[in-house]
Amino acid sequence: MLTRRLLGVVSAAALAALALSTQASAQEKKTIRAVMHAPLRITDPIITTAYIIRNHGYMIYDTLFAMDEQQKIQPQMVDKWEASADKLTWTFTLRDGLKWHDGAPVTSDDVIASLTRWSKNDSMGQALAAATKEWKRVNDKTFQLVLKEPFGLVLDSIGKPSSNTPFIMPKRVAAAPANQSIAEFAPKDWYIGSGPFRFVIGEFQPGTKVVYEKNPDYVPRKEKASWMAGGKVVKVDRVEWINVGDPQTTVNALIKGEIDYIEQPVHDLFPALKKSPDIVIHDQNKMGLLGWMRLNWLAAPFDNVKIRQAVLLAVQQEDYLAVLVGDPAYYKYCASFFTCGTTYESTNGAPDMKKPNYEKAKQLLKEGGYKGEEILILHPTDLKAITPYGAVTEQALKKIGMNVKLLAMDWASVVARRSKMDPPAQGGWHIFHTFWVGADLLNPITNAGINAKGKKGGFFGWPEDAQIEKMRADFIKETDPVKQKAIAAAITKRAFEVVMYVPIGQMQFPAAYRKSLTGVLDGPVPVFWNVEKK
Amino acid sequence: MGRFLALRLIATIPVMGVVAIVVFILVRLDRGKAAAQLCGDICPPERLAEIMTRLGMDKPLWEQFALWLAQLLEGDFGRSIQSQIPVLKLIGERVEPTLSLAATTLLFSVLVAVPMGVVAAWQHGRWPDRLIMIFSVIGFSVPVFVLGYVLILVFPLNLGWLHVQGFQSIGDGLGGFLSRITLPTLALSVIYIALVARITRTSMLEALAQDYIRTAYAKGAATRTVLMAHALRNAAVPIVSVIGIGLVLLIGGVVVTETVFNIPGIGRLTVDAILGADYPIIQGVLLVFSVIYVLINLAIDVLYTLLDPRIRY
Amino acid sequence: MSNRLSSARLALRNPGVIAGGGILLLLVAMALAAPLLTGYDPTELTPRFRLRAPGAEHLLGTDMAGRDVWSRVAYGARISLFIGFAAAVLALSAGTLVGLVAGYVRALDGVLMRIMDGLMAIPGILLAIALVSLSGASLGTVILAIFVPEIPRVARLVRSIVLSIREEPFVEAAIGLGTPVRSILWRHILPNTLPALIVQGTYIAASAILIEALLSFIGAGLSPTLPTWGNTIAEGRDVFQRAPWIILAPGAFLAATVLAINVMGDGLRDTLDPRLAKRVGGVAQ
Repeated sequence: MLTRRLLGVVSAAALAALALSTQASAQEKKTIRAVMHAPLRITDPIITTAYIIRNHGYMIYDTLFAMDEQQKIQPQMVDKWEASADKLTWTFTLRDGLKWHDGAPVTSDDVIASLTRWSKNDSMGQALAAATKEWKRVNDKTFQLVLKEPFGLVLDSIGKPSSNTPFIMPKRVAAAPANQSIAEFAPKDWYIGSGPFRFVIGEFQPGTKVVYEKNPDYVPRKEKASWMAGGKVVKVDRVEWINVGDPQTTVNALIKGEIDYIEQPVHDLFPALKKSPDIVIHDQNKMGLLGWMRLNWLAAPFDNVKIRQAVLLAVQQEDYLAVLVGDPAYYKYCASFFTCGTTYESTNGAPDMKKPNYEKAKQLLKEGGYKGEEILILHPTDLKAITPYGAVTEQALKKIGMNVKLLAMDWASVVARRSKMDPPAQGGWHIFHTFWVGADLLNPITNAGINAKGKKGGFFGWPEDAQIEKMRADFIKETDPVKQKAIAAAITKRAFEVVMYVPIGQMQFPAAYRKSLTGVLDGPVPVFWNVEKK
Repeated sequence: MGRFLALRLIATIPVMGVVAIVVFILVRLDRGKAAAQLCGDICPPERLAEIMTRLGMDKPLWEQFALWLAQLLEGDFGRSIQSQIPVLKLIGERVEPTLSLAATTLLFSVLVAVPMGVVAAWQHGRWPDRLIMIFSVIGFSVPVFVLGYVLILVFPLNLGWLHVQGFQSIGDGLGGFLSRITLPTLALSVIYIALVARITRTSMLEALAQDYIRTAYAKGAATRTVLMAHALRNAAVPIVSVIGIGLVLLIGGVVVTETVFNIPGIGRLTVDAILGADYPIIQGVLLVFSVIYVLINLAIDVLYTLLDPRIRY
Repeated sequence: MSNRLSSARLALRNPGVIAGGGILLLLVAMALAAPLLTGYDPTELTPRFRLRAPGAEHLLGTDMAGRDVWSRVAYGARISLFIGFAAAVLALSAGTLVGLVAGYVRALDGVLMRIMDGLMAIPGILLAIALVSLSGASLGTVILAIFVPEIPRVARLVRSIVLSIREEPFVEAAIGLGTPVRSILWRHILPNTLPALIVQGTYIAASAILIEALLSFIGAGLSPTLPTWGNTIAEGRDVFQRAPWIILAPGAFLAATVLAINVMGDGLRDTLDPRLAKRVGGVAQ
């Protein structure tokens, strides 16, 4: 009796919920709800290279130059520029109408402060800084770059599309030290940019939700949008980045129309997405992502080149690619340090990474005097794009008789531990895996893995090789494209010989979105200008 | 009553002290992690050391603890290391979804479980009792996340009902709120229904065995009156206390449920902070949870005295 | 003594104990005989055979890395059962020690129980995640993270029993006769806590198995290559709709194991310690 009545109440409530469900409130504002590949917490695109922070940077900041779909550098904030005949003095003038989100105009001082800070952190920025005599303010809108020596990559540096992208920030923000985040340095102003979207600070929930609104004062360029270049015309009122956390739930939410866009849906769920007539799967970033296995040159036995070579020979790219991606339509074999399908792709000196040579690898281990030392692999448990790699490497190395141990930890711990130069047994490491977008690995300067400065300014793993550093310096000075290509090939040969890192193939991560979105731009960075929502 | 409350409040001070020490030691177990998140991709040891200094992590432990405690006593929970947003603001923004989920779960569980328990006790030993007990054991054993996925598969995807994920404030429309919170509530409720149904049944059985129940029946009272007016009232004390315990257990369940259904609540805030090594948030949330726990226990004690006239302080 | 023996005999006749214990024994047998039950190495990656549906080749299909799900389930039983057992034994030992000392040594009671109250006030799950995340995931730290939050409950239970038994005439008599503290605890008090502890232990074991799965699910668990049920479930998360067997197979075994332990625990409670019948096990999710 009692239960019956209660059951009645409960089921009535459930029915009411059903009746009212799904199509909740009609949105008055045009809002794109997007799920990006990672949550946003740190917001300083200069201090870290994390792609989600770079993507955030493109929303609220603008850049001096930008790369178009022909991979040419085009002006963005700059109106006109010229180089002196000796290529040592470059003069830039900002275009009209550039304003910060607080209404103040963008000035040369802001630009100089931003580029100075960027060049302390970015590998290409550092190369540029080494060749720079000074940045000079001419007037509010004009400034000069004065070089000490010729530098072949001036526009390539300041027009760099991916991490660290040289975003222009207000001077009072960009005055932050290179090792302190802007949020900490300028807690009141850090979110002010001059880009096409404004950051809605009141709605920022780190790790969960980021809200951008259209910047009504932004003056786009007249050219058509192309990759990061051209007019950044915003056609919606708001963009919300929602972090769903669960890939399956994300896909379901897209199918149900609760969100509009997923930057990187899991490949294995494509069949479900393809079944829905309302969804497009589209690859915005044709250059894809490239996976790496990085060895620690400071840690025995990897201080021995023979042992490193043995590891290189044990790798079969297909294993990594198939485990992570599954469908061969979305991955390709790429035994090159520089993005396959771009200018400097080269397999000069590469082993056959389709078929591992276990015999040769074992012999190299013997020659190198490998005595069964335990190899520690940093193994992130909470980063789906990297987690599967650990097991594949473990299996490959065991096949050639190495003694391998996976250290399971969250990604934040990997980040902490990989920075330790101590011996592996005392808190250091032997191997970690990571990946980069193709746009970051275009040439020997942008590719952080080819930086051979060792402990003095190299990427984790700290390879040191004088030959490569010499060739990289030549590459920077060289202005003849044919010779540049030859240098890149020579660097590739040497890089395979000393095993700067082990490339494990190239993968495509297409986005999926509702058909109600149109005008989604291609490019190495997913952006939301030019996108319309019906 | 006033004196009792005051005494109980004083008694929570050492408990909170212990919590503060545990939480502090906990987050100091791994020192370089927070700094490394801010250090970037080319991170020489000197830069890491500079950041550690700036975060105050190079000071001796006791000094860090004293500083932190002094801050806390002023009501300052610090700022997130990564986003630089005050911890209290972060927690404040996340309270509503978690509270809503806890409230709906508790409400639903009690509405379903108490009648189940009453029926089981009333039909003691017969098939309704058996069935309810079997359900309650199974309810204990199914992991929330497995259940969550099954619910998503059945309702929104196959039947097209309800939302898959997300949260909408009840202030923005009851329909949107219910449509999003129903599935997580169902997933999370199962274990509490099991818990509360069990304890209700046990307490009712005990109450039904008392003399006054037999007297009531003898006097010709209707079954319903006996069950509701006499037995259930006397069984209320243990039921209320188990609901209190349930609320504490709920915090654990909320962590998973919030992940599966993408609810931006405190559970996810904590897990994210732990995985991202954002210490001020971890400290703040654990402290807040502990305060809630202590307050709930206090509330249960107070309820005891109200519900059970025999207990006097 | 005879009293205890007879209650043990009674327990063995309880249907819950028989059913739950029986299933548990089967699971233990499966864990031990795992190499005989499957021809596949649970850690061997065969990317070419990924996401195969259950069939003759792979009884319960394969996961995203082409590993055989059935062999991961069978070998996974070893780890899950071990974690459940180890966490229960450790939590019981540590909790009993604290509870005995607190209940018997008045001077330490206040301090110890306040520490226990403090530990209990921190949500166990979050404490576990934090411990594993900060100290790095290994079998040891995972077990530690699971059993530490369980200690206060056991300590409280033991302390309350000690306090009630202390007042019993036979203990008072023993104290009066000058029996050393250690032997009073050992001979008179400890045996009386045993039934309650056994029951509590089953609940801790059940809860430990669930928490291990949960830690893996959140990404703070054991190395994902280890064949644990939690890892396999976590792995299947991304592709649940496409390959539901990756979650459902270990999920079913997980639920069955916890169910068996709970049913056994209930049966034991009813027979060994009727006083406890009111108490509800410390099940956490």
